[in-house]
Amino acid sequence: MPRVNTVEVTIFVLFFLLVTVLGFLASRWRRGDTLMHLDEWGLGGRSFGSWITWFLIGGDIYTAYTFVAVPALVFGAGAAGFFAVPYTVVVYPLIFLVVIRLWSVSHVRGFVTPADFVRSRFDSPTMALLVAITGIVATMPYIALQLVGIEAVLKTMGVTGEWPIIAAFVILAVYTYNSGLRAPALIAFVKDILIYLTIIVAVIVIPSKLGGWEAIFGAADAKFTAAKSGGVLLGQAGQLQYATLALGSALALFLYPHSITGTLAAKNRDVLKRNMSALPIYSLALGFIALLGFMAIAAGTTPVGTDANTIVPRLFQDMFPSWFAGIAFAAVGIGALVPAAIMSIAAANLFTRNIYKEYLRRDASPAQEAKVAKIASLVVKLGAVAAILLIDPQFSIDLQLIGGVIILQTLPSVAIGLYTRWLHRGALIAGWVAGMGAGMLMLYNVPRVGPGGVVLREHWGGSAFSLGKLGLDTTYTVYAGFLALLVNLLVTVVVTVVLRAMHVDDGVDGTSPSDYTAEREDPSVRDLPDPLSDEPLTGPATTPRH
Amino acid sequence: MSPPQPPAATPPRRSDRSPWNWLLIVPIVVPLLVPLYNQRDPELFGWPFFYWVQLVFVALGVLTTGLVYRMTRRSKADQAVSARAADRPTRDGGR
Repeated sequence: MPRVNTVEVTIFVLFFLLVTVLGFLASRWRRGDTLMHLDEWGLGGRSFGSWITWFLIGGDIYTAYTFVAVPALVFGAGAAGFFAVPYTVVVYPLIFLVVIRLWSVSHVRGFVTPADFVRSRFDSPTMALLVAITGIVATMPYIALQLVGIEAVLKTMGVTGEWPIIAAFVILAVYTYNSGLRAPALIAFVKDILIYLTIIVAVIVIPSKLGGWEAIFGAADAKFTAAKSGGVLLGQAGQLQYATLALGSALALFLYPHSITGTLAAKNRDVLKRNMSALPIYSLALGFIALLGFMAIAAGTTPVGTDANTIVPRLFQDMFPSWFAGIAFAAVGIGALVPAAIMSIAAANLFTRNIYKEYLRRDASPAQEAKVAKIASLVVKLGAVAAILLIDPQFSIDLQLIGGVIILQTLPSVAIGLYTRWLHRGALIAGWVAGMGAGMLMLYNVPRVGPGGVVLREHWGGSAFSLGKLGLDTTYTVYAGFLALLVNLLVTVVVTVVLRAMHVDDGVDGTSPSDYTAEREDPSVRDLPDPLSDEPLTGPATTPRH
Repeated sequence: MSPPQPPAATPPRRSDRSPWNWLLIVPIVVPLLVPLYNQRDPELFGWPFFYWVQLVFVALGVLTTGLVYRMTRRSKADQAVSARAADRPTRDGGR
């Protein structure tokens, strides 16, 4: 273990304190009428303009874990880890037309969660419950992974033990309890400034120290050729996996409850549309971050112990003076807080609206609802801390992988439901069950293969399902979530045809077609109290540009 | 996906449909055609084609979504009409 680096730790702690203060100030920022209403607490009063939405959704999607794990993957496997770039290119045009429909119908009908929508659209409390549970289960390991990101940074600085992580999350828990979605939106500013600063410096400084990009790609090539696994280009069999993983991850991204929470907080449809073309700027940054993995190879960086996630922090430590490494580490640490906060709020909303109010206490008042949501968000975060401290971090990485596969199973009801009500509620449930079953079965049958083709573990070894297991004569692999979704869709369509032929009642649609195109100015759109516009921090939000 | 239901007679009637929306297919499909770009040459600043072209795809995504947004924006007149109907200021969204 390295000794504790005092300079790095001091800078890291300073930024953390700054963020804590911001978190508490956030409760006063752009406050609507009262924080005791769930819309107010969980959706930031639904009044975020282009800039804040950009920072918020950006902070939501490009998490600390992404910044640590993607380069670690590129470091270990090469080109296959670069899938994060096509994934975040494909996602925005894919959802461009979908999220605005979700925004409109949610604002007309007062939906806060995807399960609210499914409940009303398909008149099916059961499917709504499934969507809510899927969302919560898929989100929990995602929160835990943010801690894995912080842990990697702390380890690199030589800080060991459990208390620093506990301290970080107590701070997070207290200020989101205090100010809801406003806290992460404000902190996202700080996080992004630090992240972009770090990347720009890294991309200029590190290649010049290592002898240019040619030398970096050359070193990576040499390493993968010697190891006979991975590569600077994709192998023949890995290409289908690369494309399906990018597409499957893109389809899953906006089904996650935390992405939907960020989306619904936007002020109007135009804010969202503009963001769909502004958010890819993060993808550009992600491309450079991914290549940090190759830089680490060229620099001969070694991880702390066997934890591959420490590869980027270690690279920064080797390449930067301590004070700047401290800033970079703060960027990762704060980058973990933003999504963790939004994720716990989203999971809490799901619990409160779709489980507590639906099944436990139907007559809950808005104030009670807000209180339960706050407590639930606290419980979710504590659960994530406990998961990290008690369970092997590798386990939460596997759980997150499973999370991506299961959240995809809500696509027919949540995403296709925005366009058509033809799919029958009974069929949606059947499809969900089939997709879940198929997904779990496939993930179970993926072995983890180490260097040189040695099988390290028989089961739960990743998401690349070999088509050979289906009896096909091929070495191609496919993203398991993608195949599971196909199974789900097939079952949903077939059962719909059967149920419709049998004239089984499909309930009453709680929405009307014009809801899906409603604009902010329409009388049908719920208008929450006007945000205060004279506070200094509202600057960028009140004058959005594009 | 099945076609959307016909719009109800209740105002305001609008549609998300526009021929410009078809442009969105380009940045979805192109990055998924992996065999077309899984190669080393031509290199750019020492970067293999595989890597730099995918950053070009980012720009492609920005351009197409930006273009579709501009071309499908509601007219100012339409916004003013709905704002008047609701007796509220248009807020952000004009220009």
